[in-house]
Amino acid sequence: MNKPIRTMSLFCMALFLALMVNATYLQYVKAGDLDKDSRNRRVIQAAFSRERGAILVEREPVAASVPSDDVYKYQRTYAEPFKYAPVTGFFSYYSQTGIEQSENEVLSGDDSRLFVTRLLDMLSNAEPKGGSVDLTLNRAAQDAAYDGLQALGSDVEGAVVAIEPNTGKILAMVSNPTFDPNLLADHDLTKVGKAYDRLNKDKSEPLLNRGIQTTLPPGSTFKLVTAAAAIESGQYTPSSLVPGGSAFDLPDSSDTVGNWQGGSCGADQITLTQALEVSCNVSFLTLANQLGADRMRKQAEAFGFNQEYLDDLPLQAISRYPSDMDRPQTAMSGIGQASVTASPLQMAMVVAGIANSGIVMKPYLVNEVRAPDLSSLGITKTTELSRAISPRTADELTQMMVSVVNNGTGGNAAIPGIDVAGKTGTAQSTPSRPPYAWFVSFAPADNPQVAVAVLVAQSHTERDEIAGGALCAPIAKAVMEAVINR
Amino acid sequence: MSHQNPLMEFVHRRRRGAELFLLVLALVVGIGGYAAVGVGVEGKVPPDIVAYGGWLAALILAAHIVVRLTAPYADPVLLPVVAALNGLGLAVIHRLDLAKGLDQPASFARQQLTWMTLGVILFAGTLVLLRDHRLLQRFTYTSGLVAILLLLLPMLPLVGKDINGARIWIHIGSMSFQPGEVAKVLLVIAFAGYLVLHRDALALAGRRVLFVDLPRGRDLGPILAMWLVSLGILVFQHDLGSSLLFFGLFLVMLYVATERPGWLVVGGGMFAVGALAAYKLLGHVTDRVDIWLHPFDYYQQTSGPHSDQLVESMFGMAWGGLTGRGFGNGSPYRISYAESDFIMGAIGEELGLTAVMAVIVCYGLIVERGLRTALICRDGFGKLVATGLACSFALQVFVVVGGVTRLIPLTGLTTPFLSYGGSSLVANWVIIALLLRISDQARRPIPDLSSPDDDMEHTQVVKLMPS
Repeated sequence: MNKPIRTMSLFCMALFLALMVNATYLQYVKAGDLDKDSRNRRVIQAAFSRERGAILVEREPVAASVPSDDVYKYQRTYAEPFKYAPVTGFFSYYSQTGIEQSENEVLSGDDSRLFVTRLLDMLSNAEPKGGSVDLTLNRAAQDAAYDGLQALGSDVEGAVVAIEPNTGKILAMVSNPTFDPNLLADHDLTKVGKAYDRLNKDKSEPLLNRGIQTTLPPGSTFKLVTAAAAIESGQYTPSSLVPGGSAFDLPDSSDTVGNWQGGSCGADQITLTQALEVSCNVSFLTLANQLGADRMRKQAEAFGFNQEYLDDLPLQAISRYPSDMDRPQTAMSGIGQASVTASPLQMAMVVAGIANSGIVMKPYLVNEVRAPDLSSLGITKTTELSRAISPRTADELTQMMVSVVNNGTGGNAAIPGIDVAGKTGTAQSTPSRPPYAWFVSFAPADNPQVAVAVLVAQSHTERDEIAGGALCAPIAKAVMEAVINR
Repeated sequence: MSHQNPLMEFVHRRRRGAELFLLVLALVVGIGGYAAVGVGVEGKVPPDIVAYGGWLAALILAAHIVVRLTAPYADPVLLPVVAALNGLGLAVIHRLDLAKGLDQPASFARQQLTWMTLGVILFAGTLVLLRDHRLLQRFTYTSGLVAILLLLLPMLPLVGKDINGARIWIHIGSMSFQPGEVAKVLLVIAFAGYLVLHRDALALAGRRVLFVDLPRGRDLGPILAMWLVSLGILVFQHDLGSSLLFFGLFLVMLYVATERPGWLVVGGGMFAVGALAAYKLLGHVTDRVDIWLHPFDYYQQTSGPHSDQLVESMFGMAWGGLTGRGFGNGSPYRISYAESDFIMGAIGEELGLTAVMAVIVCYGLIVERGLRTALICRDGFGKLVATGLACSFALQVFVVVGGVTRLIPLTGLTTPFLSYGGSSLVANWVIIALLLRISDQARRPIPDLSSPDDDMEHTQVVKLMPS
C-alpha cells in the first residue's frame, strides 16, 4: 500500500502548496488593491483612528482632530470652516484637498522627518500622532477679506489674496462661495457622500479656491505690467507723453477699441502717470503695440506668468500670457484682454513685486512644520522667484500707483495718513456676462507691508456699476488696514 | 505486511528528549502569544498569565509524560506541533474575547481551555487504554454504526438544532456538540477495518479502459453507499464541508487500500456529478459558489445572501500584509465568527502572511508525520487508519483555509486545533493520540521472536541489526 500512500502525500503537498500560493497572492500581491477598495473600512479606520496633526493660524488651530466616541477614535473639526476652507481643504474618507492634501504626510505622521517619532511610538506602543502645520496667514487680514466679500452677498463669486511683499508669505486667501469642510469630515459616510455630491454639482462651484484655481482676464490691472515693460524698455518715464484720445485703431484689422464706458482720456497726449490714473485704454493699447509681443511676454513672465510657483496647495492654475499672439491681440493684451488670464494670486504677486523694489518673492503658505512634541521640523525659507523690474522702475511705478489712489480711479482704497498704491481693473469676457472687477494695491507705499489682489467675478451689482474701484477697492483697503494696524 | 523488508529492520530512536525541547518552544508560542495579546490590546501583561501559563504547561507536560510512559517510540514532532497550534488558537480566541468585552468565566478562551483539558484527558485515555491500535479492527462495524447514528442525531427533533442554516449540532441542556467531528474518527476506523478485509476483491476484478482499470459494477456498492450518505448530509443537514470531507476520505482510503487509480476516476466522476447537481438544485450551494466567484458583488447586501464574512476576512488579511498589524492593532472583530471558521482571517490580519505560512506549514508537518507513520506501519489496518487520519486532516485544512482565503467556495468546517469549538478540539486530540499510538507501534523495534533453535540464516540477520 506504500505506493498510493506516497501518491497521496504528493497530493497533500499540492494542496498545501496551493494554500500557500493563494495566501501569498491574497496578502501580498492583491493586498494593495484590496486596501484601495473604497468599501474597506480598515484603511479609513486607521486614518481616522490616528490623531491627525492640526493646521494652525497664528498658533490657533483652524483644523484639528478631537477625540471621538463613535466608530473612529478622532473627529476632524474645522473651527472657522467657511473662512479657511479654501486653504485647509477638507479631510474626508474619500479624498483630501488643500493643505490637508499637500501636507498629508506631515499631518498623518507618515513624513520621513517624523521617522524617529514613529519609531519611538512603535517601541513604546504609543498611538502614532501626526505633526502640525503652521500657516503664514494673518487672522486680521483673513477676517477683513472674508467679511469684505461676504458684505457683497453670501453668493458673490470672488477671491482675495494678500501677500507680504518682502517675504512672499500669503497673509490672506479667501474665496467665495465657500463650503463647510466639517460636513465632509463627518464619520457618517452616507451623509458625506450626499454632501460631497451636492457641493460638487453646485453651479457656483463652492469647492473651487478662486484665489489660485481660476484664471480670468486681469483687465486694467494688467496695465501695471504694460507700464513696467514700457519704463524698463528705457523709452518711457512716468512723465513721457503717450497718446490719449478716445479710440485706438487695432493694427491689421478694421476694428477700433475705445475707452471703458466710451469717453476720452482728457487730451490727445497725456503723461504715462495720467494714463494710469484714468486707466486710459488707448494709451496702453498703443504702448503694447509699440513694445511688441516679446517684450510684453517677457515682462509678464518676469512677474510669474506661464509658471507654477505655489508648492503649498495643489491644483494651482497657471496664469497665461500666450506666446503666439498676433499684433491686434498683442495690443489688446496691453489692457489685460485677449488671451491674457491671471489668478488673483498672480495679480497680488505683480503688485508685491513692484512693492518689493522689483523683486518677486516665491509665495508660500506653510510657515513652519512641527513634530507632535512641537519641536520644529523646519521653517520655510523665503526665496526670490525673479527680479521683474529694476528698483528705479519699481519706485516710479509706485509713485504712479499712489497717484491712481490719490487722484484717479482708486480713491476708494485711500487710507488716511498712509500712502496707498493701487490700480483698478474691469475686464470684459463675453458680452453675455457681467465684467470682472479687480483691484490690486499695496501699502504703505514707502514701506510696503502688504500687497492685495481682490477679484469679484459675479455679484448682485448692476452691470454698469461694476467697477474695480467701487466693488473691490474697499475690501483691499480693509485688508491692508488689518495688516498695517496690527 | 512486510516483516521481511530489510528497511524495516532499522531501529528508530525514541527521541523523547527532542519532543520535550520542541514542547518548550510550543509553550513559548502559546504563553508568549497570550502575553502579547494582553500587551497589544490592553497595554499590560495579563494578570492571570502565571495561572494561564501554568495550566497550559501542566497540560502539555502531562501529555508528554503519558507519551513517555505509554508510547515511548511515538513520533516526537506531532505533539509539539499540536501544542503550538492549540496555544496559538487560544491566544487568538482570547484576543477576540477582549474585542468583544467578554468576561473571564464566560469567555470563549476560558471555555476553549476547558475543552483542551478534556481533549488532553481523552488523549491520555486513548494512549493508556489502547495499547495496540489493531484492537480497533474489532469495532469496524460498531464504529460504522455509531458514526451513522451520530450523523443522524442532529436530525432528531428534540436535540437537533439549526445554526446558521446548517443542521449539524445537537443540544443537551446547555451543552452543544457537533457529532460530525467524532463521526469522522469513527468513520476512518470503520473504513479501514472494512477495506483491509475486502481490498482484494475490490482490487483484482475489473476491466481496462484507456490505461485505467475500472472496477466491476457489483463492487460499486460501498462507494455508492458512501456517496449517498455524503449527499444526504448535504441535502438534509446543509453541511457542504462535512459532505466533501467524508466522501474524499472514503475515496482516498479506497484508493490506498486497493492501489487502483481506477477508483479515483470513478469517485472523481461521482463527485463531479454530485457537485454539479448540488450547484444546480440546492439553493445554499448555488449561493456559496456565486459568492465565491463574485464576493464583492455580495458585500454588504441587505437582502439575500451576503459575503460580508469572506470579504471582511480578505480585507483583513490584505491589511495584515507580510508581517501583520500586531495583536490589538487590527480589527479582526469585523469578521463574524472570527473565532471559529474564520480564525485564519484573524491570524492573517494581526500576525500577517508570516504566521499564516507558519500555521500552514505546521498542518503540513502533521500530515507529513501521519503519512510517514502509515508508510512505516507494519500492518494494513494501521496503514489505512494513519492514512485516513492524515488525509482527513489535510482535506479539512484545505477546505477551510482555502475557503477563508477564497481559493475554493466557502464551506463550514473548523480549523483543527485553532478554531473555537469543543467537539472539534476533543476529536482532533484523539486523532493525534491514535496517530501517536500507530507510530509507536511502527517505530518500536520488532520483538525478537527468534528462539534458540532457529536456523543460522535468521540468527545472522538479527546480529546485523544495529543495537
